[in-house]
Amino acid sequence: MSAVLEARSVTKRFGGLTAVSKVDFKLESGIASIIGPNGAGKTTLFNVLTGLYAPDEGDVTFGGRSLVGLRPDQITALGICRTFQNIRLFGNMTAGENVLVGMHQRIRLGLRDVLFGGPRVSGEESRLWRRALDLLGRVGLRGSANEIARNLPYGDQRRLEIARALASEPTLLLLDEPTAGMTQGEAATLMALLRSLVAELKLTILLIEHNMRVVMGVSDRVTVLDHGEKISEGEPQKVQGDPRVIEAYLGRGSWERKQRQASARPEEPPHADD
Amino acid sequence: MIANSLIAAAFLALCAVAVALFPHSILAFLVFEASLLALYLGRLPNTVRWALFAIALVVLMPLIGTFNGYYLEVATQVGIFVALALGLNIVVGLAGLLDLGYVAFFAVGAYTWAIFGSPQANAFLGHGFPLAPHWFFVFLIVGLAAAAITGIILGLPVLRIRGDYLAIVTLGFGEVIRVLANNLDKPINFTNGPRGITPIGRPPTPPGVGYPEFFYFLVLAIVVVVIAVNRRLERSHIGRAWEAIREDELAAQAMGVPLVRTKLMAFACGASFAGVMGVVFSAKQIFINPESFTFLESIGVLSMVILGGMGSVPGAILGASVVTILNLQVLKGLSLWLNELKNAGVTIFGYSLANLPTQLEPAKYERMIFGIILVLMMIFRPQGMLPAKRRQMELTEPQENEPADSAGEAAK
Repeated sequence: MSAVLEARSVTKRFGGLTAVSKVDFKLESGIASIIGPNGAGKTTLFNVLTGLYAPDEGDVTFGGRSLVGLRPDQITALGICRTFQNIRLFGNMTAGENVLVGMHQRIRLGLRDVLFGGPRVSGEESRLWRRALDLLGRVGLRGSANEIARNLPYGDQRRLEIARALASEPTLLLLDEPTAGMTQGEAATLMALLRSLVAELKLTILLIEHNMRVVMGVSDRVTVLDHGEKISEGEPQKVQGDPRVIEAYLGRGSWERKQRQASARPEEPPHADD
Repeated sequence: MIANSLIAAAFLALCAVAVALFPHSILAFLVFEASLLALYLGRLPNTVRWALFAIALVVLMPLIGTFNGYYLEVATQVGIFVALALGLNIVVGLAGLLDLGYVAFFAVGAYTWAIFGSPQANAFLGHGFPLAPHWFFVFLIVGLAAAAITGIILGLPVLRIRGDYLAIVTLGFGEVIRVLANNLDKPINFTNGPRGITPIGRPPTPPGVGYPEFFYFLVLAIVVVVIAVNRRLERSHIGRAWEAIREDELAAQAMGVPLVRTKLMAFACGASFAGVMGVVFSAKQIFINPESFTFLESIGVLSMVILGGMGSVPGAILGASVVTILNLQVLKGLSLWLNELKNAGVTIFGYSLANLPTQLEPAKYERMIFGIILVLMMIFRPQGMLPAKRRQMELTEPQENEPADSAGEAAK
């Protein structure tokens, strides 16, 4: 399978701190996750991929096209859209309007159409509103279309961010901790939603996630970052047993301890997720 | 509903008659103005509401003007400020770009016509000026374009600046335009400096129509167009993009809103309204000088937008009307009245007002009272008099109230 998105030796520094260091990264269709301890550079990598930061070194290609030097809105137009770790909705606008803003790049109307346009423009507008309702329905927020975004419950706000990102008709969706603050039940529903998006819309999804149940449950591939470097990559089960990953999460020596415990009680395989 | 309509119509007519009977009573005119607000807020069928509005503004107001010409002048000024407030509302209210030098665009429009509609242009173009009166109508568009281009020129360098910094830069820009107007009389005399430009040509009027009526209707027509443009912009993807930038610039860009284009569009649209009104203003006044375009004017327009309700078209209209009427009539009337009391030597609590020291003269209370009103408004109603209403989406299909955790089912 060919790579949808490819990052080659991407480096991003902030002053003396190297937040992302020479990360090579290949994304194929399906769901992939990036995990790593706090401060590992996951969100920085997201910001590089979506054009909020320009990488100091390296290159990012999407569908064979380099993204370096493009503005975030141009990257969105190419088909990458994202959500944010600390929810960034347009708080004083309704849920429906939030989704409509997400469609901005797909609207082919200019200033002249808006000022002088007749029925064609109003027809287009009502088509957009219908589509916004459909998208809200997809994430289970249809009934909240007219609610002011900042008044929505936390979990709904996270789902609204996903609907807003979907409105830009992306082929690659980047989700930054989509289940943070959700109950296990809500997280499970979200996983089902993600799977259905991949199945129905042929989306590729890249997750940053701390909830290991979600990561292990939905990911086809997992990449582990620590201190800005990629330390492991592969299928969830393989990554889970990687000594470097356990070390990054639990500290030096923990893998050996786990091994000893495992040999003492062989019926329990080691888990990296608790 | 029908009863309401009849009451509203009767009330409006009564107010108009009252103004006709007492042409010099400010109170009567204020009640007439208030009846327009009641018309907007009252529970009326929309057709009746707008029909009554049209009658009040197109028929009654000019009639009132025949009894007391000053009222028509007040109405014209209100119209000018409504257009300015609506323009600034786009920049500040919708796009969230705090512009403290907005009056600069008004100045650009005003000087555009003032220079070419008076003998002033002869100073640097030789001869052939003033232009014939009918050029005025062409210059409405020229003034609009000049202001829009100025808006883009201002916008380009300051696009990376946000919040407080942007406010300071626009404040500086406003001053630059005023100082330019003040000093561009040498080496080549463009603006005639602090002496100002006069006489500025006025457009030809239809036979039998005086200038006060002509300018009133011209301003009214422009205001109607400005409102329509505002509404269309606000309800389009452009308006939503402006609001998204106001709410969260970074998220807006990540969702595909091109920041530079969208912000420049806001600056240009806002500026263009001021430009058109500038052209009208210069012709109406016959004389302009840089004193008409001070920082205080910018703040005045900003206070209209904030008092009315940021981002709200009805709010900006009401804010502009209230502030203008407050300044031209209520506060002025109040200080005149206090002055009369003083001159009559009225005694309050054993203290004769005639002994009032000059530092406490009634005329000085105008600004103070206005300031107090602003402070009280910000404390008790920070969202403004008519805050922006969110547009409601029609939930056409059967509206089942989906529980929050049905996302999975909905997606299947």
